[in-house]
Amino acid sequence: MLRFLVRRVLGASVILLLISAVTFFLFFAAPGDPALLACGKNCTPDALTIIRENLGLDKSIPHQYWLFLSGIFTGRDFAIGHCDAPCLGVSFNDRTMVWDTIIDRLPVTVSLTVGGLIIFLTLGIGAGLLAAAKKGTMVDKAASSTSLVLSSLQIYFIGPVVLGAVVYSTGWLDAPQYNEFFDGPMAWAAGLLIPWVVMSLIFTAQYTRMTRAMMIEQLQEDHVRTARAKGMGSKYVFFRYAWRGAMVPIVTILGMDLGGMLGGAVVTEMTFGLAGIGRLAVDSVVNVDLPLTMGVMLVGATFILLFNILVDAAYAFIDPRVRLS
Amino acid sequence: MSEELTLTKPTDAVPASGEPLLTARDLTMHFPIHGGFPFKRKVGAVQAVDKVDLDVYPGESFGLVGESGCGKSTTGRLLTRLLEPSGGTLQYQGTDITKATRKQLAPIRSEIQMIFQDPYSALNPRQTVGRIITSPMEVNDINPSGGREARARELLEIVGLNPEHYNRFPHEFSGGQRQRIGVARALALEPKLIVADEPVSALDVSIQAQVINLMQKVQRELGIAFVFIAHDLAIVRHFSQRLAVMYLGKIVEVGDRDSIYLRPRHPYTHALLSAVPEATGPREDGKKERIRLAGDVPSPISPPSGCRFRTRCWKAQDICASEEPPLVQISGNAAGHLTACHFPEEGTTEATSQDVVMDPALQSLESQHD
Amino acid sequence: MTMTKTADSSAPAEYDGKFLSVNDLRVQFSTEDGIVKAVDGLSFDLERGKTLGIVGESGSGKSVTNLSILGLHNSKTTEVTGEILMEGEDLLTVKEKRLEHLRGNKMAMIFQDPLTALSPFYTIGRQIMEPYRKHTGASKKDARARAIEMLEKVGIPQPNRRVDDYPHQFSGGMRQRAMIAMALVCDPDLIIADEPTTALDVTVQAQILDLLKELQQEFGSAIIFITHDLGVIANMADDIMVMYGGRAVERGSVSQVLYEPDHPYTWGLLSSMPRLSGDVNEELRAIRGTPPSLLNPPPGCAFNPRCDFADQVAGNKCREVRPDLGEGRAAACHLSADQKQTFFVEHIKPRLG
Repeated sequence: MLRFLVRRVLGASVILLLISAVTFFLFFAAPGDPALLACGKNCTPDALTIIRENLGLDKSIPHQYWLFLSGIFTGRDFAIGHCDAPCLGVSFNDRTMVWDTIIDRLPVTVSLTVGGLIIFLTLGIGAGLLAAAKKGTMVDKAASSTSLVLSSLQIYFIGPVVLGAVVYSTGWLDAPQYNEFFDGPMAWAAGLLIPWVVMSLIFTAQYTRMTRAMMIEQLQEDHVRTARAKGMGSKYVFFRYAWRGAMVPIVTILGMDLGGMLGGAVVTEMTFGLAGIGRLAVDSVVNVDLPLTMGVMLVGATFILLFNILVDAAYAFIDPRVRLS
Repeated sequence: MSEELTLTKPTDAVPASGEPLLTARDLTMHFPIHGGFPFKRKVGAVQAVDKVDLDVYPGESFGLVGESGCGKSTTGRLLTRLLEPSGGTLQYQGTDITKATRKQLAPIRSEIQMIFQDPYSALNPRQTVGRIITSPMEVNDINPSGGREARARELLEIVGLNPEHYNRFPHEFSGGQRQRIGVARALALEPKLIVADEPVSALDVSIQAQVINLMQKVQRELGIAFVFIAHDLAIVRHFSQRLAVMYLGKIVEVGDRDSIYLRPRHPYTHALLSAVPEATGPREDGKKERIRLAGDVPSPISPPSGCRFRTRCWKAQDICASEEPPLVQISGNAAGHLTACHFPEEGTTEATSQDVVMDPALQSLESQHD
Repeated sequence: MTMTKTADSSAPAEYDGKFLSVNDLRVQFSTEDGIVKAVDGLSFDLERGKTLGIVGESGSGKSVTNLSILGLHNSKTTEVTGEILMEGEDLLTVKEKRLEHLRGNKMAMIFQDPLTALSPFYTIGRQIMEPYRKHTGASKKDARARAIEMLEKVGIPQPNRRVDDYPHQFSGGMRQRAMIAMALVCDPDLIIADEPTTALDVTVQAQILDLLKELQQEFGSAIIFITHDLGVIANMADDIMVMYGGRAVERGSVSQVLYEPDHPYTWGLLSSMPRLSGDVNEELRAIRGTPPSLLNPPPGCAFNPRCDFADQVAGNKCREVRPDLGEGRAAACHLSADQKQTFFVEHIKPRLG
């Protein structure tokens, strides 16, 4: 297990390095000059040179990349002060520490993702299990057809509709907002309720259908039949044998969806006017803010790689064939 | 079925004479296993086939028998060059094709055909039967007089299917019929050799005989040589004049039908023959020797040293672990009957004074119940 | 789980009727294409400690029959009628709870492919312990000891270590041994073995078959042994029932059915199969055509489209009237006893060597 973890962490580090390099060089390949942007309307060549120096853009691109990389491990000194390791640099745009900005925004995105995740896993898997257990009955048909409809609803479509219905026209709920969890969990949850529900609709539908399909497949497996032939009760067989088997593919898909949800955070945050990492990513690109783009990119990639490692570990935990070979 | 087939009166004992069609020497296939940390590298090999010598003569039916993991299917794929051997040589009509490239193989490909075990997955479900049979002709640029379609219809008739089924899809046929399509496809190129890998083991008992009869007709009437790979000893005996018994990637015994089935010398051949359950036999029961091995075949990743059968053999001694027995003609054996054993058995399958029971659980239960 | 095995197994001693009696069993599946009559009016008896071999090809209804005995069919899509009496108790009418109590306890099943029939997620030991704990109320420790004892009995080397292995760490033959240990753990009165050696190599098959016979002697269980292989059945069974198209077409003792078969289908099976002592110059006599569709079985005798002797029966009887299988030693065929005797001696027997 330890070997597995070490190997995966090493692999992930290499991938992060590659991602950072590609992002860095792509940034310079793209049009737009951050110095010119920072210089403003009445820019003189001299002012531009100073700004370039300030931003570190006077150095060669590989040199800049090296400074960026080493800063992550050793910290860097800037005009506005020392930037402790892990230092992701200083924003071109508002001269703040990128790391601090990300740490500031991260809880919003994490809250959104984790909350949505809990909702769709509970509802989706629950409904899927129920539909599989009652296959062919009205319950199954209702669950299946509802999930079919829901899975076609995209967030940028259903989001504004829900907002319009329960916030703006009726005033039943407040507009979504982020409150610190530690300032009061109730306020935190109430503020994010609408985005959670809306963003988990599609996933709930997908997980209902997937769970149902996997369970129906598993229930026909030979080893499930063997368990019944041994006289084990149907509930026991359903959960201990069929569900155990269905978990393997579900965990795989979940690993991929977690990455997708981070990407989807952009849409969710824009739709509900929340200032999270997704929003930050868009802003940084629009503002040609290299350090911020790099920071968001790396943090996002780290999360996705982390999820992958977690999924593989879960896999090994569930399936002894993976663990023992 | 039988009325559709016009079998020439079977002539047994096609003598293994003349120049062999296909010759394998030291034929070896080791599949590498990758693993390790932090970089993957070769950490071992599955020794699927290890230094196998065999000759297939024109027009004969050569059988390959053995249990799972013995390398008989891999050998079949090597002989058709679907796989490139990792060692040894393979000659087809005197030409070395061991490492031949696709291009170099092209003229030979049409002469060596393969029939696969699973008639369900071996045929492309999106192609009509006609297309399945004609496309090998197209690929190999074969233009039969009268056209490819006419030839395909003719082939369908030869294998006992209705030529009007030309435009049907594989799913419209039963398992046995699909295997007939497989035979028709193999025949489309007028091959000199067909390698049939467990061609009937996926079929129902009542259908197996139909397909065997068909292949026998093809072999005899068209003079096509067969390498017939199967685990069923009775079927191989029926189909093949000569056969090799494989165990863990090695040929342990090879010879003509009577030598192997009536006068086997290798303990493993004895064990195999003794294990075949027979529905009806000579009714005087108890005349056949009874040998029950212990456990399963060891892993081909780290096969036993010396003789690979020694770990399950009741005659094994120290020399069996240290020295690999060569495949040789033991005195008293017919020409071409070769055995790889340091302590060969008597050349008979009749019961000796005592059963050989290697399985400890079986031993203890039997001694309790006696 | 207070019911213990000993308390419950005292019942059979008092019961002196037939151990297992299946009467007019019919199993129908509703599918999109229509109703499949998988088993159509099947009756047979089995005595305690005896082995009944059921022979048939795919679709003959042999496996379906046995899943009905265990009550493993999906009741929503399957209609099962008739009677399955085990010690006088009709398994088709008892409650699911009662069936759960009987399964794995008084009747156990050995499946064909031990790799898929064992769960990959639990250790061999756990899978053997499960039914034992459920049916005897044994503690975890006792159940584990019992699992080790059973593994040893079926010939797993180092059972106290291998008990904690997962199925994928066992070889094919060992898995089937573990499966047998699992079936025998509660000392069942009835074992249903569904093609238990088909997935195994021939030398391993020979070991497992002999082992099963010895264990049957020790445990005294009755066995229903399902197979398509007449050779295997010859070694294992006391009586044979040949099934075709969801019905029994011939029934009798092993030597009756194999040496003096009375049904053209049995003749066909026997003479289409090469044997180690047969004449290699004799062409195999294949049964023409393919097995019948159970959605649309042929009228009359289900075997008539493939039968070489259907024209020997006066009128069009084979194509119109379904022959019945009588009691005891019998064959469901319209041929007269003389005809059967003549055809068998003239056409079939010479091929059987």
